[in-house]
Amino acid sequence: MALYPMPSLPSDDKRWKIVSGAMRKNGYARHALIETLHTVQSSFGYLDDDSIRFVARSLRVPLSQAYGVATFYHYFSLKPPGKHTVTICAGTACYIKGSDMLLETAEKHLGIRAGETTKDMLIGLVKARCVGACSRAPVVMADGDVAGEMTGALLIEQLERWAVE
Amino acid sequence: MNIEELEQIAESVRQENAKYDHEINVCMDLACFSQGASQLKDEIAKVVAVSGKKVLVRRTSCMGPCSAGPLVAVDPEDTLYRHVKPSDAEAIVNSLGGEPVPSLQCDLREHFDQQMRVVLENAGHIDPEKIDDYIAREGYQALVKALTEMTPSDVTLLLTESELRGRGGGGYPTGLKWGTVAKAGGDLKYVICNGDEGDPGAFMDRSVMEGDPHRVIEGMAIAAYAVGASKGFIYVRAEYPLAVARLTTGLREARRRGLLGNNICNTPFCFDVEIRLGAGAFVCGEETALIASIEGRRGNPKPRPPYPAVSGLWGKPTLINNVETFANIAPILRKGGEWFSSMGVGRSKGTKVFALTGKIVNSGLVEVPMGITLRQIIEDIGGGVPNGHTFKAVQTGGPSGGCIPNEHLDLQVTYESLVQVGSIMGSGGMIVMDDTSCMVNVARFFIEFCMTESCGKCIPCRAGTAQMHTLLTRICDGAGSMSDLELLEDLCVTVKETSLCGLGQTAPNPVLSTLRYFRNEYIEHIANKRCPAGVCTIQAPEEVLA
Repeated sequence: MALYPMPSLPSDDKRWKIVSGAMRKNGYARHALIETLHTVQSSFGYLDDDSIRFVARSLRVPLSQAYGVATFYHYFSLKPPGKHTVTICAGTACYIKGSDMLLETAEKHLGIRAGETTKDMLIGLVKARCVGACSRAPVVMADGDVAGEMTGALLIEQLERWAVE
Repeated sequence: MNIEELEQIAESVRQENAKYDHEINVCMDLACFSQGASQLKDEIAKVVAVSGKKVLVRRTSCMGPCSAGPLVAVDPEDTLYRHVKPSDAEAIVNSLGGEPVPSLQCDLREHFDQQMRVVLENAGHIDPEKIDDYIAREGYQALVKALTEMTPSDVTLLLTESELRGRGGGGYPTGLKWGTVAKAGGDLKYVICNGDEGDPGAFMDRSVMEGDPHRVIEGMAIAAYAVGASKGFIYVRAEYPLAVARLTTGLREARRRGLLGNNICNTPFCFDVEIRLGAGAFVCGEETALIASIEGRRGNPKPRPPYPAVSGLWGKPTLINNVETFANIAPILRKGGEWFSSMGVGRSKGTKVFALTGKIVNSGLVEVPMGITLRQIIEDIGGGVPNGHTFKAVQTGGPSGGCIPNEHLDLQVTYESLVQVGSIMGSGGMIVMDDTSCMVNVARFFIEFCMTESCGKCIPCRAGTAQMHTLLTRICDGAGSMSDLELLEDLCVTVKETSLCGLGQTAPNPVLSTLRYFRNEYIEHIANKRCPAGVCTIQAPEEVLA
């Protein structure tokens, strides 16, 4: 380990300690790259250039590989999330029960496309592959809370509730 | 740990439970939870405390008929209540010892009668975070039996006898796979549990991992003993945070009880398991891609051979099985291979768990013996298509499967029969579609999924699915021609035959099966610029009039 000097933490933000703790727990093993990126995303909400560089250097993984992994997996986001996130499930059961209409409704209401965040950074719109609550399709997650049998009207109601908060 | 100690734990749980006159089991699986099952359980516990009755209130995993949730089961009366609200808590507690509450009671006898529960035998009966609950239901007896009474080759032989086949969809004989890894040289081997349930519209594995985590852990430990591995990984989707939490608790408890770790049951056998999180890539369900992902790389598949059984994780012999396959191991060891192979038909033995969803009355998890007909699953267990609509097709196998029409509903469900009609067994998603679904649009939905999920390594899959998507979109928009249809069929064959891994090789299946059974819908879109189901928005109606 002494042969490779550890990079210093990018800032004195306490969350970096959580990230470096996760790497230490895995013995700075290269195969812990995905685990570490998960920790970064759960601490910071997304992966930015600084964090990918820091993780790549700490684990002695080529930056190209770290960036490749960060962009390959859909779960990782390279953009900061909005204050709230609405996730529309686009699994088969939800699709059969009209989730594409829900997505259209949300896109129209927010004026953004799936994968984007409103300009005021209030609401992010995400299309999920399947959250596994298929028997209650169509399913929408509001900040992680699952709501089933969703309708366009109910969805707009939720979005407006956030807007006036 | 030995059999006597397990028995002691089981006995103490039984004695503890015997203190209560009744058990109220509240389903806390995602579907019920999202409808307020948590508040419901708290309310019931509160009412019970006030009433002074001796009642055990327990959170359990998925009971099955999710569409009737939140579900509450009362034992020993064996009453099932549906759509229970916190305000109903009082009525339910008051009814204990007397007549059940008629307005909440649900009669799902037909739903349950034709099911056979092996993998889900504990569902609705145990608290998933309590290892002792699992032990009280014969948990870990199979592991102790294997370690103390059987040689590794005995275990593999028993598995071969049982004729269990991989439940991830491929149907490779499990005994054969274990035997190959066992024979592979080297002292370091791995066992991997594939919990990357990528098939959209399926949630069997989530339910098993969340509801009965120890069953999976026990299955993995037995597998490790049989093949000579000392290290295991469970690869779980990051989208299933509860499954990750339950498995983490499960592993900790198992270590605490000495059922994982060094010298398990005072034998030389050492085994431990780590959890690895997926990060949202469908292709990682493919075994070589999954291995790449555990190694911390992009989930790109590799050509096989060499198979992981010979050279897998970090180049070592690796056994990869699906969650449901591991969940079948313990009962087979307890009850014998013959017992298992007595269920099912032909070369498909045992049971299969399906996530029955879509346009169906009783949606949820069902476990049926192999060889049951699709009609029995959909009409008897599922209760048929609701709201007076007519059945059109049932989709099995997810993006790798196909749509099966009405004319084949009397087909017995086996690995082979489903392939014959253009679909696959798959991991267990079963989505029912009625006359409001457009089959061309469904095909486009799946191709869009495969297109975005293609890892991009091989050209037929990367470029082929994109071209198929363009053609299908054109047809859906009413701008397709008959030559587009020809080209589409041609592409299907090319992508199927030349792709590197399972994702590409099976991606055309939804298109091929809808072309086989619903060609008229494609023709209708092309020739008459009309979507029979009224789903597709056909562009440029003026042109049609002219």
